[in-house]
Amino acid sequence: MTNTSLRRRITFAVARKDLRIEWNSRVLVNQVAPFAAIVMVLFAFALDNDGILQRVAPGLVWLATLFSMLVVIQRSFSVESADGALDALRVAGVDPTAIFLGKSIALMVQLFALEALLVGTAFVLYNITMSPAGLVEAFVTMLTATAGLACVGTLYGGLAAGVRGRETLLPLLLLPVVAPVLIGATRAMEAAFGSGGAQVSEGWPWIGLLTVFAVLFIALGSVAFGPLVDE
Amino acid sequence: MSTHSGTGTKATRGLGIIVLLMLIALAFFGLVFSAEDVVQGSTVRIMYVHVPAIWVAYLAFGLTAVCSAVYLSGKNRSLAWDRVAGASGEIGVLFVAVSLVTGSLWGRLTWGTYWVWDARLTSTAFLFITYIGYLAVRRLGGTHRQRARRSSVLALLAIVEIPLVHFSVNMWRSLHQSASVADPNAKVQLDGLMLFSLFLGLFAFTLLFVWLVLHRQRTLQLEDAFADRGLDAAIAARREEAVK
Amino acid sequence: MEPVIELKGVVAVLGSFPALAGIDLTVQRGEILLLQGPNGAGKTSLLRVCAGLLPIERGEGRVLGIDVTSQRELIRARVGLLGHSNGLYLDLTVEQNIMFWAATVGASDAEVASAMKRMNVDGRLAKVKASQLSAGQRRRTALASLIVRRAEIWLLDEPHAGLDASGRDELDGLLRDAVAAGATVVLASHESERANGLATRVVTVDGGGAR
Repeated sequence: MTNTSLRRRITFAVARKDLRIEWNSRVLVNQVAPFAAIVMVLFAFALDNDGILQRVAPGLVWLATLFSMLVVIQRSFSVESADGALDALRVAGVDPTAIFLGKSIALMVQLFALEALLVGTAFVLYNITMSPAGLVEAFVTMLTATAGLACVGTLYGGLAAGVRGRETLLPLLLLPVVAPVLIGATRAMEAAFGSGGAQVSEGWPWIGLLTVFAVLFIALGSVAFGPLVDE
Repeated sequence: MSTHSGTGTKATRGLGIIVLLMLIALAFFGLVFSAEDVVQGSTVRIMYVHVPAIWVAYLAFGLTAVCSAVYLSGKNRSLAWDRVAGASGEIGVLFVAVSLVTGSLWGRLTWGTYWVWDARLTSTAFLFITYIGYLAVRRLGGTHRQRARRSSVLALLAIVEIPLVHFSVNMWRSLHQSASVADPNAKVQLDGLMLFSLFLGLFAFTLLFVWLVLHRQRTLQLEDAFADRGLDAAIAARREEAVK
Repeated sequence: MEPVIELKGVVAVLGSFPALAGIDLTVQRGEILLLQGPNGAGKTSLLRVCAGLLPIERGEGRVLGIDVTSQRELIRARVGLLGHSNGLYLDLTVEQNIMFWAATVGASDAEVASAMKRMNVDGRLAKVKASQLSAGQRRRTALASLIVRRAEIWLLDEPHAGLDASGRDELDGLLRDAVAAGATVVLASHESERANGLATRVVTVDGGGAR
C-alpha cells in the first residue's frame, strides 16, 4: 500500500472515530450547543439595544464560536487521554499527520454544525435578514473560517493535551493566533448580513484571507503536530 | 565546568561597561543635547527609547526563531541553541513591554489617549501575548529535550503566524473607516543631532541586548547543569538501592 | 539466537526522577520474558522504552535492530504495548474500538471477528460501550485490539490484572500462540506463580537496575 493511501485511510478512520464518539455521547448536542445559544442570549442582555445587536451580530456569532470551540477542542482531546488512547495511538506508530488531519476534519464538521446553529440563533434573536448572494457568501465564509479554526485548534489542542493538567494553556496559545479568523470572518459575515450598510461584494477579500489562513494551518499542522504531541 | 561564580567573563564585563556608558550618553543626547521637535515638542524624546526597544524585540524574536531552527535541524541537537532561543525570547518579551508602555505614554501626550486601535499597536499587543505563550510552554516541565523540542516548534510556528496576524490587522484598519490617527513617523523632521541620538539608541540597545542574552543563557545553562547534577545524584542513589 | 531487544546502561527520566538508572537488558526472539520487581522498580518505564515511547536520556539500545535514541518512532509500528490503561475510547462500543484499531493497520473484518471471539468479547458484549464494561472486560477488549495489530514484540504491563480465571487461561494461551507464530513477549507482573509457569525467563528489575 502506498504511503498516501495509508495516510488517507487512517485520516478517515480517525475522523469517523471522533464523529462516532460524538454520535454515541451527544456531548456537542446536549452540552456545547446549549452553552453557545445561551452566550448569544447573554450578548443580547449586555447590549440591550436592537440596533446595536443587528450591527454587531456577525462579531457575536464568531465570538460565541471561538468560546464554544475551546470547549469542543478540550473534549476532542479528553476522549483521547481518558483511557490512554493517545498514548496507544503513538505507541502503535500511527502517522501523526493522519491523526492531525482526521481530528481536524471531525472538529470541522462539529464546528460547522455549531456555527449554523449560531447563525440561526442570530436570525431569530437579532432580526437579521440576508439576500441570496449574502447567503452564499455566509456559507463560504463559514467553510473557510471553520477549516482554519479546526486545524489551528487541533494543533494547539494537541500540545496542551500532551501535558497533563495544563489544559488551561489552550486559550492563551490559541486566541492570539486565531485573530485573523475573527477579523476576517466577522467582516465577511458583515458583508453577507449587510450590517451597517455593507455590500456583499466587500466580503470576498476577507474570504481570501480566511482561505490563506486555512491552507497555511493545514500545512503547518501536518508538519508540527507530531513533534508537539510526542514525549 | 568552570568554578568561578557569576555569569560574566572579562569580555562581558567590558561589554557591560560600554553599554552602560552608551546608555548614559543616550540619556544626555536624548534629554539634553537634542532639540525639541517642531510639532511634537519634548514628547519626541520618547522615540529614543521606544524605537530601539521595538527594534530589539524584533531582533530578539528573530534570534529565537533562528536558534530554534538550528536546534531542530542540527544532527546532535545541542541544547545550547535552545537556551539562547529561550533567553532571547524572554528579553524580547521584556522589550515589547517597554515599547508598549513608552508607546502608550507617547500616545497619551500626543493623541490624548493611552491606546488607539492603530494597526501597529494592535499587532504589537498580539506579538506580546504570543511570546508570553511561548514562555509559558517553556516552563511546562519535563526533560530538557522535551522543553527544547516543544518550544522550538512553537517558536517557528510563531514566526509564521505573526506576519499573518500583522497583515490581517492592517487589512482590518485600512478597509475599515476610522478616526484618522496621527502617523507617529510622518511628522517628525529629524535634524542631524536627533538622528544621531536615535542611532545611538539603536546601537546602545542592541549591545544591551547582546549583553543580556549572554548572561541569561549562561544562567539557563547553570540551571540546566544544576538539574542534571541533581539527576546524577538521583541516579547514583537509585543504583545504590538496586545493589543492596 | 537473535536478540530483538538490546539495552545498555539506559537511563530514562520521568520529570526529574530517574525511573531507569542505567539498565541492561537483552531479549531473544521467541522468549516470554517476565519482569519482576516491587512497585516503582521501573518495570513500566522499561516497557515504554522498549516500545519507543519513552525517550532515553543516556545509554544506548536497539529494538528489532532499530536505534532507540534516534529512530524510536520507527519501532512503534512493529511492537504492541498494553499499559496500565487500556487505550480504549469509552464512548465507543467494544466492536467500534477494535474496528478503529483494525482500520489503522488495515486488518480485515475476519481478523477483527476472530480476535473478538478469541478474547470472548463477541456476541452481546460487542455492542456495549466501553464505559459500561467491567475492568476485566476492558482488558479483554484491549487485548483483542492488540491482536489485530499483529505486533512482533508484545509488551504487556500487568496483563493479568482484572481478568478472571478463564480470562487468564485465555491470555496465557494467546501469548503462547503469539510466540509460536514468531513473536516475542515481555510482560511485567506481580502474579509470579502464574507468570512463572508461562515465562521462559525471569528478570528482576529493582531501583532501576536489572538482573
